[in-house]
Amino acid sequence: MSLLNIKDISVNYGRLSALRNASLTLAKGDTLFVTGPNGAGKSTLLKAIAGVVAPKSGTICFADKNIGGRTPEDIARLGFSMVPEGRHVFGSLTIEENLRLGVGMRDDKDVAERELETIYSVFPMLKDRRYQTAGVLSGGQQQMLVIGRALMANPQLIAIDEPSLGLAPKVIDDVYAVLLKLRDTRGLTLLIVEQSSARATMTGGRMILLRGGEIVLEGDARELTKSDALKAAYFGYGEHH
Amino acid sequence: MTALLQILFDALSLGSLYALGAIGIALIFGVMRLVNFAHGDYISFCVFALLWPSIDAAAIVFAGQLPAYLLIPIILATGACLSMLSEVLVFRRFRNANPATMMIASFALGFVIKYTLLMLFSSRPKSIDLWSELALPVEILDARIPLLQVITIIITVLILAALVAFLKRTRFGLEMRAAAENFTMARMLGVRANAVILLAFAISGMLAASIGLILVTQTGTVDIQMGSSVMLVAFIATVIGGLGSLPGAVVAGFLIGGISVLMQVILPLEVRPFRDAFVYGAVIVVLIWRPNGLFAPRSAKQRV
Repeated sequence: MSLLNIKDISVNYGRLSALRNASLTLAKGDTLFVTGPNGAGKSTLLKAIAGVVAPKSGTICFADKNIGGRTPEDIARLGFSMVPEGRHVFGSLTIEENLRLGVGMRDDKDVAERELETIYSVFPMLKDRRYQTAGVLSGGQQQMLVIGRALMANPQLIAIDEPSLGLAPKVIDDVYAVLLKLRDTRGLTLLIVEQSSARATMTGGRMILLRGGEIVLEGDARELTKSDALKAAYFGYGEHH
Repeated sequence: MTALLQILFDALSLGSLYALGAIGIALIFGVMRLVNFAHGDYISFCVFALLWPSIDAAAIVFAGQLPAYLLIPIILATGACLSMLSEVLVFRRFRNANPATMMIASFALGFVIKYTLLMLFSSRPKSIDLWSELALPVEILDARIPLLQVITIIITVLILAALVAFLKRTRFGLEMRAAAENFTMARMLGVRANAVILLAFAISGMLAASIGLILVTQTGTVDIQMGSSVMLVAFIATVIGGLGSLPGAVVAGFLIGGISVLMQVILPLEVRPFRDAFVYGAVIVVLIWRPNGLFAPRSAKQRV
């Protein structure tokens, strides 16, 4: 049974077509890397799943429910956590308040505290500065905060738009270590947009390549990065859309 | 010294009204980028809820004759309901429209409320006796201060404290602050947009109702223009404070109240009738100096 099932979705911004007939499926515990040049529709794909942009056509099923037309908060409450591009920390809120927002949909207070401690153990920096406003954090620290916040909800599926952006290599390693541990222990499903294929090669999983709003390549991450097909598809070799 | 104290209380009590009005506007602006020009008409509506509808010159007191412990909750509930109703029936349909469209919608709603009141009550101001014993002065350090001024200031401080506690200590408050800063992100974290917005409207409506009650007690009249005059100043206060900033709205509300009272005192007698020109002149100076207001909120810079 697949956790996420996207069939033939297309997204338009006004008259601009951002995504055309994209289909993909993800089973529980899967890892999928989405790669491709700028403007290929990677972020649009994530936003469509999150319910932030409405697809013109096609269906999206998540956790056995058709989520087309549902609000972002409904989709989040089904177990979908989204880390959009361009770190969206709440700068006037404290770090701990930011994290607590992530656990919003779960009423159990003990669970919230435990989640908070887990996140703090992964990112001790956040604990040290828990009562400071998030606006004072550096870019990399904000990235840790938004990833931590997304994990607070203990989601079934986490979608992250460029987790490595602005992070030091050591921190990227830490972030991935956490994500993979959660995948292996809790069956967390990962949907990750990455520009670089190096991380996908290290982590394993599946990979799709988006270009000009279409999925042009799909396969095992390690095999794809080894072959020339990825490079060829990435740059398009002179054929233009 | 006594004159100074008198001026201080005048300024604080006038500023209280402006601050309460400004917060009501800033709260709604924070969560949905709507400048609600119907806010002043909520105030008028709550004031007229004290009366039984009639176009006679004499007021037929309705809710106004209830004891305070019933009257206050009823009028607050009236304000909250009217405000929430306007969100559900009107503003919700415009949520994804551009801010100008929403603003026009709020103008239109304001006119609908105003002319409904005109039909039911006529345009004549009516006198009503609401807690007139509060007009009696009390002696504070030799100065004779109307009790109502003292109560107005105390009530405003209590309302502000309650609001701060709500925003800082409760889950809903946390969600409201997050929503004010970045609504889309808040929703992606599971914050229910409709619930947060509805609650903001309820609080805003109750603030309008409290202004209405204070105004009626102060003036002893019920007048269709009552709300809009406060609303204009309160709106200016939200802009000066930095649209969407709650502390800014409060500070600017008291600031305008203070400046108005001060001008009333220091201006030469012959220019005193033109006081407002000086007050708004000061407003223009502030805006030239700080175009985004005194406390431009973070969300004013980036918005998803």
